[in-house]
Formats: sequence, structure tokens, C-alpha cells
Amino acid sequence: MTAQTAVSARPVRSRRSGPPSRPQRSRSDGHPLGLTSGLGLGVGVLWFSLLVLIPLAAIVVTASQGGWHAFWQAITNGETASAIELTAGAAALVTIVNVIMGTVIAWVLVRDRFFATRVLEFLIDIPFALPTIVAGLVLLSLYGPRSPVGWNIANTRTAVFVAFLFVTLPFVVRAVQPVLAEQDREAEEAAASLGAGRFTVFRRIIVPGLAPAIAAGGALSFARAVSEYGSLVLLSGNLPNRTEVTSVRIITFIEGDRLDNAAAVAVVLLLISLVVIVAVDLLQRSVVRRG
Amino acid sequence: MAEPSIIHKGRPRPGAARASKRSPGTYVLRVLVIAYLFFLVAWPVYLVGRNAFARGLTDLGAILSDPYTVYSLELTLWIAVASVAINTVFGVGISLLIVRFRFVGKRVLNALLDLPLSVSPVVVGLALVLVYGGRTGWFGPTVQRWGLTVIYDVPGMILATTFVSLPLVIREVIPVLQEVGDEQEQAARTIGANGLQTFFRVTLPAIRWGVSYGVVLCLARSLGEFGAVKVVSGNIYGETRTATLTVENEYLNFDKGGAYATAFLLTLVAVAALLVASLARNAPSRARSAPSRGRDVTEQPRQPEERR
Repeated sequence: MTAQTAVSARPVRSRRSGPPSRPQRSRSDGHPLGLTSGLGLGVGVLWFSLLVLIPLAAIVVTASQGGWHAFWQAITNGETASAIELTAGAAALVTIVNVIMGTVIAWVLVRDRFFATRVLEFLIDIPFALPTIVAGLVLLSLYGPRSPVGWNIANTRTAVFVAFLFVTLPFVVRAVQPVLAEQDREAEEAAASLGAGRFTVFRRIIVPGLAPAIAAGGALSFARAVSEYGSLVLLSGNLPNRTEVTSVRIITFIEGDRLDNAAAVAVVLLLISLVVIVAVDLLQRSVVRRG
Repeated sequence: MAEPSIIHKGRPRPGAARASKRSPGTYVLRVLVIAYLFFLVAWPVYLVGRNAFARGLTDLGAILSDPYTVYSLELTLWIAVASVAINTVFGVGISLLIVRFRFVGKRVLNALLDLPLSVSPVVVGLALVLVYGGRTGWFGPTVQRWGLTVIYDVPGMILATTFVSLPLVIREVIPVLQEVGDEQEQAARTIGANGLQTFFRVTLPAIRWGVSYGVVLCLARSLGEFGAVKVVSGNIYGETRTATLTVENEYLNFDKGGAYATAFLLTLVAVAALLVASLARNAPSRARSAPSRGRDVTEQPRQPEERR
């Protein structure tokens, strides 16, 4: 089973690897644009603008139309503020769990290959591949009112946490795995032969090498958690002030035809994604540079 | 720098699995990981399957004989096919331009192309409503005058689905294009092939596995899209209700059996996509050279500076 079958994965792996100076790439920067290719680029950029850039710009414009004061009021009003707080808090908690469990899972997958490794690889990809609404239903079947073991967390804040945990499972694992597989084991062996204990080797040799990958995976899982919607619809009950997350808040505003407020909250989410994209990019550059 | 080839993917690298001497700690971690994944993924997914067949084939039969559910499945499929087609053509084209040509703003474009994956689906829906909404959208009224309703209709749903799955083909095709290089294309040019001939007879066969992998990912994502489609569809029963919206409505209307059965079908599709994707990933042409998966074309111009 191949590792990355990420259906909605963000480009953790894709960007970091690749030796920067492969012969066939460093030889040519590419041709200058001709008539056909120039036209193709024009059509492509036009389509991309109509589909992605202009609509995203529309959010920022709509949010800023009422001025700074209106924007601030929209995102600090009671229910919205509590939704943002819950979302950011749960996402941060989930990120911490992912940083630890994701690294442990990656370690087990890379270093401790045993009969069930392929099954585990497959399980890790499932949250990427499942439609989010199905993910919600999946969790509901074990952690909902019909749970066979009586664990009913539906309509609580714990449900938000568990749903985030499920959808963000693969990020840290998939970011750390390739780096761990490439890591030079000679350094570990050398350290061990010099008398370093297992924990010292882990702390002084393994973790420093993995840190950028762990951080990148953590950032991605935070971003994914913050923007999650589908898996919560059925699971969290969307109770205002209690289990309502930011995306649900946006839906509520849209359904109430308060598009300006919806846009204001959306801007907050966009800002978070932007920060994460930049952070991940910087982290991945640092990985590449370390080589 | 360690050449990161071969090692990348699931296979044990020679020597990597020589942990013949396992300490007790290893087993503790192993058990911890198995338990975590069992409670978070394996058991819940199994329960969906069990719930779908709790009454034998009744629920599955019921949804497959309900014309509205069948319609929603068909609608989902057509929307997904349309989005995948658009994203494949656009994705292969833009990847070729990014890898093979140089132009101003390439680096920015390359970065922006990843944007859709980082945007919340609900925000995607909202963005499209703001621009293409029939009454108040920027372009909505104009487009409506041309006789095309976008929001609360199928075109908007296709747009939303296309938006969320846009980078998937590109991200798979770019590294493959970089890897195959352009010697063969140039050779084809020298012996007189025109652009189209070169593309269909040289480039496309060389990148076909990358394209297939991207298409599978894109298809899986499109079939399962929920949030963005929910915002732009209006969720009109029998008209703009897709499979994922049907799951939600069945569940909320206390048709739990139907919801689980529909969810089971979607799960089957997702699992099939995972399996096919892993086949495409392991395909012969990529087996040896898979790892150079960087989107770092645009980093190239920076290299000389970095070396200085």
C-alpha cells in the first residue's frame, strides 16, 4: 500500500521532497511563451480567476464594506465569538494530540513494521477519502445515541473534538513518515554506541530532524480542523454558544441572508488558512535546506 | 543531501526494518497505535457497515428503489464527472505551462493554485454565492440575463465541486512532468511533430499514471463534497440534492437506515478510490521514480542566489 493516498490532503509531501538540482530541471528554465501557449495561459488564468480568485476577493470586499467597526462587531458578537473560541480551542487541542499521536503512528509505521502495518496504512487514509458527512455518521455510530457500548457524546463539545481528531488524523502522520524513513540511522547508532540511552537518542537525534515536518503537519491539521463542517453537522448538534463551530456559524448567517456577517467570519477563516500556508511553506523550505 | 528516491513510500527500505531486537517500549507503542486507530477509525467504520445491513438488504433495497435517492446518486455522479473533466483539462494544461514555460508571475500562480485545498468548503460556497448569486451577486444578475442560473442550480454545484478539487490533478501531474523531462518532446519536435501530436503521442503517455492518480483523487473528492455544495445548491428535494445531502436529510428525518445505507455506498466508493489510487501510485512507470513529487519548479530560479 502506498503511503499517500490523500484525497483531500494538503501538499505536505508534495512540496518538500525532490532534490533541488536534478539535471533535467536545472538545464532549462522552460521555453518562452508562444502564441498557443500564451493563449492557453490566458484562458487558464481567466478560468482560475472566475472560479477561485474573484469569489475569494468578493468575500474580503463584502466583509470590508461596512468598515472596520462593523467587521469587528460581526466577529465579536456573542455567538460568533464563542463559535470562534470553541473552534480555535478544539483545533489547538486536536493539533497537540495529533503532534504526539501522529509522530508515534509514523514511528510505528516506519520503524516497527509488523504484519498489520498495511492495514494501519489503509486506516490512516480513510479519513481523507470519506466524505465528511459520512465521517460524521461513522463517528455517530460508535459515539452517538445508538452506540453499542453506550458512549454517547453527541451534541457535546467532546463531539467537536472527536470529529476534528478523525478528519485531521492523516496530516502529521503523512508529513512525518517520509522524513523519518529518510533519516539517517547511522547517527542514532553512533549516539547509542557512545552510550546514549534510547530516550536521549530520541530527544537529541530523532526529534530535531523531525521537528519541521511535525510542525508542518500540525499546522495543516489545525487549518483543516478550523475549517471543518461536514462531519459536525450530525454529530455536534450545532447548539449556539455550546457546540456551534465557525463554519456552522457561517451557514447560519447565509441561511439568514446575512451575507455580510457570513463574509466577516469567513475572512477570519481565510486569514487562518493564509497564515498556515505561509508557515508550512517556510517550514518546508527549512526541511529542504537541511536536506 | 540524501537522494530521497525509492525510500519514500510504504515499502521497507532495505535495512530500515532491521529492528530485529525490539524493546518492550516498541510493543507498548504498537499497542497504543492499534488501539487509537481501532477506536477512532476501524470500529466506527465497521459499525456503519453493520448499521447499513442491520435489517438485511431492506435499507439498501429501499434507497435503490426510491427514485429521489437514485436521482441524487446520479446527480452526484454527473456533477463529479463534469468537475473531474474540467479539472483534468485545466490541470494538465496549467501543469504543462508551469513546468515547460517561463513567464512572469509563475511562482505566484503556482502558490495560488494550492489555495482551494486550504479554504473551508463553507467559505467556498459563500464566495460563489457572493459572485454568482442570482439577486445580489457581482456577476449573478448578468449571467441570469443570459438565461443561466448558477446558484441554487446545477452549474453552481459544478463550480463548487470544481473549486474544492481543483489542485488535485495539478499536484500529481507537475512532479511527473518534471521527472520525465522534455528530451523526448524536443526529439519529437525535431522530427517534425506539431504541438498536438507531441502532446498526445509523447507527453500524455509519459504522464498517464500521474494523471490517472490525480483523476481518482479528484473523483473521490468530488463525489464526497458536502459543505460547499450545501451552500450553493439550495438543497431542493429531487432537484439539487446530491448523495451527501441525502445522507444528511435522511438522518435528520429519522430515516437512519436509509442514511446508513447511502453512507455505506459512499464509503464503498471512497474505499475503492483508495485502492485504485494505490494501484496507480504503484504503477510501473512510477515505481522507480515516484518520490520527486515537489512542486518546486518555481524554486528553480532561486537556486543560484541560494548557492551564492
